[in-house]
Amino acid sequence: METSSLVSNLYVFVLATFLGFEVIRRVSPLLHTPLMSLTNAISAISLVGSLVILGKQGGAINLFSILGALAVTASMINVVSGFLITDRMLKMFKSRDNRKTEGGAR
Amino acid sequence: MSNPILTQTSYLIAAALFILALKWLNAPKTARKGVWAGEIGMAAAIVGTLLLPEIKAFHWIVLTLLVGAGIGIPIALLMPMTAVPQRTALSHCFGGLAAGLVGTAEYYLARSQHGGHLDHFTSGVLALEVLLGYLTFTGSLMAFGKLQGILPSRPITYKGQNFVNLAILAIAALIGIALAIDPTQAGLAGGVVGQLMFPLLILLALLFGVFLIIPIGGADMPTVISLLNSYAGLSASAMGFVLDNKLLIIAGALDGSSGFILSVIMCKAMNRSFTNVLFGAFGQVQAAVAGKVEAKPVRSAQPDEAAAILGMAQSVVIIPGYGMAVAQAQHKVRDLCDQLTKRGVDVRFGIHPVAGRMPGHMNVLLAEADIPYERLLEMDEINPDMPQVDVALVIGANDVTNPAARHDKSSQIYGMPIIDVDKARTVMVIKRGMAAGFAGIENELYHMEKTLMLFGDAKQYVGEMVKELASGD
Repeated sequence: METSSLVSNLYVFVLATFLGFEVIRRVSPLLHTPLMSLTNAISAISLVGSLVILGKQGGAINLFSILGALAVTASMINVVSGFLITDRMLKMFKSRDNRKTEGGAR
Repeated sequence: MSNPILTQTSYLIAAALFILALKWLNAPKTARKGVWAGEIGMAAAIVGTLLLPEIKAFHWIVLTLLVGAGIGIPIALLMPMTAVPQRTALSHCFGGLAAGLVGTAEYYLARSQHGGHLDHFTSGVLALEVLLGYLTFTGSLMAFGKLQGILPSRPITYKGQNFVNLAILAIAALIGIALAIDPTQAGLAGGVVGQLMFPLLILLALLFGVFLIIPIGGADMPTVISLLNSYAGLSASAMGFVLDNKLLIIAGALDGSSGFILSVIMCKAMNRSFTNVLFGAFGQVQAAVAGKVEAKPVRSAQPDEAAAILGMAQSVVIIPGYGMAVAQAQHKVRDLCDQLTKRGVDVRFGIHPVAGRMPGHMNVLLAEADIPYERLLEMDEINPDMPQVDVALVIGANDVTNPAARHDKSSQIYGMPIIDVDKARTVMVIKRGMAAGFAGIENELYHMEKTLMLFGDAKQYVGEMVKELASGD
């Protein structure tokens, strides 16, 4: 890696960390479980790296494509289940008003 | 890596959407919008990656994506809400594994393609990615085992445990440094030992993950899960440095800081330090001492008596703990809440940050049982009101209600913030028996004049109270 891109990457890392602190500090403890599963889904962005490893091999079966394929599968599990389950959890959080209107409709 | 403009643009959009996703998660009203933002961001990132010219094996890619989705969808849709901590541990496990595998592939690719010319920084970060990735993998797997009940949730300790753990970590760190100085380690003993350096690093990382979690007990899981969350994020960030990919760096940093904040909150809520959680093996030393304070008198009550007292109260605060999750009592608790509300009783919930096995665990369970989130109050919100509360009903919580934390300097939990249930006019505790809590500490709350012990299974007991209240109409 060139020094210039290394330095700019370090800047990105530090700034993103601070931004993360600021944004996440504001998340109510009520939603800490969905927060964890959402950040989990987001960090499954390692899928991108896994796709590159697998894709670069052009279909050849070797150590790299096997490692890549396993990594893609593992990340994809996290992407799909992470987002789905976060949404499933958030759907359950209902405000007092919401609950009444729904109860009335039943 | 050559990066066409389209790919870079999609990565930029994805990064922005991820930040928005977390921002929208601040409040329950906008939270679901946050999930959609995250999903769109992720889709953009995947499409952007597939547009890269060097990506070729599409049949393999589609197949592996489908397999991943095929495993992920049933996990997400079929898993019961009580299993959320296990699922979270499992997903940290997959995240760590992916980072470790990509790191391994990158290392050997670089060795084979550039004649072993990895620069110092990339090689060092690779070592870090692999270390974090694999330790998160086995550590989370162990955490999953403990949460699922496959492994004993009591801390397992042995003499010299901390020394062994630190030694493993130190050797792994030394290998990492050695790899950063000379990525191929070709000079070492004719290259044979050098060849083994990287596999050895992987092995040590895997081992360290296991050893790190062995001494951790169930009640410390909230901190450990948060910490593993942070590691999974940081390993993704390290991957970003290796691949020179800013999207990975940003997403990993967001996850890393989130996990870090949560673990700090959890540590504060237990008045303990990181080192104490990781190396303290809580609940071992005290177990022997617990036996001596027995046979103090307690007052107990039957469901009908308890229901009558609850029905006449003006305000009731329910303090749930892991025991409620184990007994699956949340739906019965909702029925109780409904019955009492119908009689004009003000019912609220006081939720301690470390109640349950992961941050926010109780909130999710109560939300699943259809309890409106306005009723779920944090410890700091409910404590000032406790002296005005008629009945504090503790369901499956123990140490987080122990008044000894406030005044008994000799107590192991002294200084831990608690929910001040003892300040309520009447205290009721649903408990299976008089066994001490996780920390093995006697809870003086149970022997107070105003405390009624309600012995029984939480689900059954609350159910009987509901029946009692319903028949009284």
